[in-house]
Amino acid sequence: MAQEMRILLKHADQINPESAEDYIRVGGYKGLEKARGMDPRAVIEEVKRSGLRGRGGAGFNTGLKWSFVPQDIEPKFVICNLDEGEPGTYKDRIIVEKNAQAVLEGMAICGHAIGSKKGYIYCRGEYPHLVQLLNKAIASAKACGVLGDFDIEVRMGAGAYVCGDETALIESIEGHRGNPRFKPPFPGVAGLWGKPTVVNNVETFACLPYILVNGADWFAGIGAPNYPGTKILTLTGDVVNRTYVEVPTNVTLREVIYELGGGIRGGKKLKAVQVGGTSGAFISPEYLDTQIDFDSMASISATLGSGAIFAIDETRDIVEIVTRISRFFEHESCGQCTPCREGTFRTREIMERISSGKGSIQDLKNLELLGKVMKDTSLCGLGQAAPVPILTTLKNFGHEYKRKLI
Amino acid sequence: MANYKEIIATYKDKPGGIIEAFHAIQKEFNYIPEEALREAAKAFGLSEAEAFGVATFYSYFSVKKRGKYIIRVCTSAPCMVAGGDKLLEALENYLGIKLGETTADGRFTLEATECVGQCQGTPVITINGKPIPEVTPERIPEILSSYK
Ligand SMILES: Cc1cc2nc3c(=O)[nH]c(=O)nc-3n(C[C@H](O)[C@H](O)[C@H](O)COP(=O)(O)O)c2cc1C
Ligand code: SF4
Ligand code: FES
Repeated sequence: MAQEMRILLKHADQINPESAEDYIRVGGYKGLEKARGMDPRAVIEEVKRSGLRGRGGAGFNTGLKWSFVPQDIEPKFVICNLDEGEPGTYKDRIIVEKNAQAVLEGMAICGHAIGSKKGYIYCRGEYPHLVQLLNKAIASAKACGVLGDFDIEVRMGAGAYVCGDETALIESIEGHRGNPRFKPPFPGVAGLWGKPTVVNNVETFACLPYILVNGADWFAGIGAPNYPGTKILTLTGDVVNRTYVEVPTNVTLREVIYELGGGIRGGKKLKAVQVGGTSGAFISPEYLDTQIDFDSMASISATLGSGAIFAIDETRDIVEIVTRISRFFEHESCGQCTPCREGTFRTREIMERISSGKGSIQDLKNLELLGKVMKDTSLCGLGQAAPVPILTTLKNFGHEYKRKLI
Repeated sequence: MANYKEIIATYKDKPGGIIEAFHAIQKEFNYIPEEALREAAKAFGLSEAEAFGVATFYSYFSVKKRGKYIIRVCTSAPCMVAGGDKLLEALENYLGIKLGETTADGRFTLEATECVGQCQGTPVITINGKPIPEVTPERIPEILSSYK
């Protein structure tokens, strides 16, 4: 029987997330203390060796990302990405609600490693209660003196999914429209106000204190070797338990859905599962024995993404669901580049036509072609991922589309 | 409508603070009035077009007058399969307005939103930002009765 493994959420609901004292009582801020006793380069090495990979979706090695930050340019910034806009995802909210101090500690560890004195938390506009919580948590940590001269400021987003992209997020903190920037340069070299900036996800930061305290080898030994540690997943759709779980990264989708998720509601059969949020691939049940880690998901052309697991039962109309998803991308496209702006508009239009029973074989061909162009030529991850739900359902559930054609 | 100037002045010196200022203005007025938008443009050294561009980029901000309580219904896929579409229809019927409209008494504005990150309790609505999980059409009268 698969079980949860709680590291980040071990003390959930037992400590007050606002209180630095509570957190210190359960061993908090020991990781930062240890990091500050180390040479910054050694901290980066330790994080690199732990194998920690970004939990925001791209799965990049965190220590490696930090190592690209030039040492001689001042000031440098640390940004915590709490924009969490991927539908079906709420794990970062849970981490902050249960263990906010670990996020602050992780940011300060990063600050020491790259030589930054200023951190920002970019919190999505839908989480005003977290802005309050975090401000109190920061005040509490400052009062305890644990943050030293590292300052953290909370900024609030305003309902734009694309601002989860690190460069759009930076634009937004600067007070602009959230249009993603062309990369390179990467934020590590020229980010906020053109200065070197590390952007990491909430969950990534929250792992750091535990890595510093218990050591890189300990972390590297948990879960899947290529994507070690735990992952917090959020289960939605037709599962019995619509809930969140923290699991080692080597659990399988089957274990997550049938053991931790309690199976499918009403004893129905599973039709498909979309992993990684609304921009993820739809997988058919034959792949349920795949591990959830980043590389295993990639091996079946899926993405772990934010760790959202959306299961739908046999009675659901997958074309209708994907049509809804296509509307999401049309709405959230920032409109800056043509393949995405026009592509999300056209794919939504075609999806609606098919869904209402007026589509043709040519529409399916056009979807594939358009999807491929969007994937290859869009400027940022939004436009590149937007066709994924369409292309993967065309491939794995093509019969559901064909059934609806005129 | 006097104090938008004060609000803007509080954020004026914060780098990139215009979005924070818009949040504060909207908290006060439920939308961003045109005078406030112009004032913010001046304070942050932007053209009016640029300030308007920022305000309209973010779906959380509105430059149109809205009701006292803004009801937003999550229409993302997880809420949709949990009954979100029927819920939206029921809200339209109950309030006698369509999506995007405000009731004649100025009390409620009905909007759609994408996922608000409360997916443990699908389908979800928010009223002035407060999430209300597992809403069924039957519960609408009882829920709305507390918003006078
Ligand atoms: C459209 C889009 C939305 C994104 N949304 C988020 C998000 O909500 N949270 C997040 O941490 N990363 C998000 N990302 C990824 C970030 O750009 C970035 O890779 C991440 O914050 C880096 O942190 P990590 O290395 O710790 O994962 C998004 C990317 C794109 C293209
Ligand atoms: S891909 Fe879409 S969201 Fe990204 S920059 Fe282009 S238009 Fe904007
Ligand atoms: S999908 Fe509706 S709140 Fe997340």
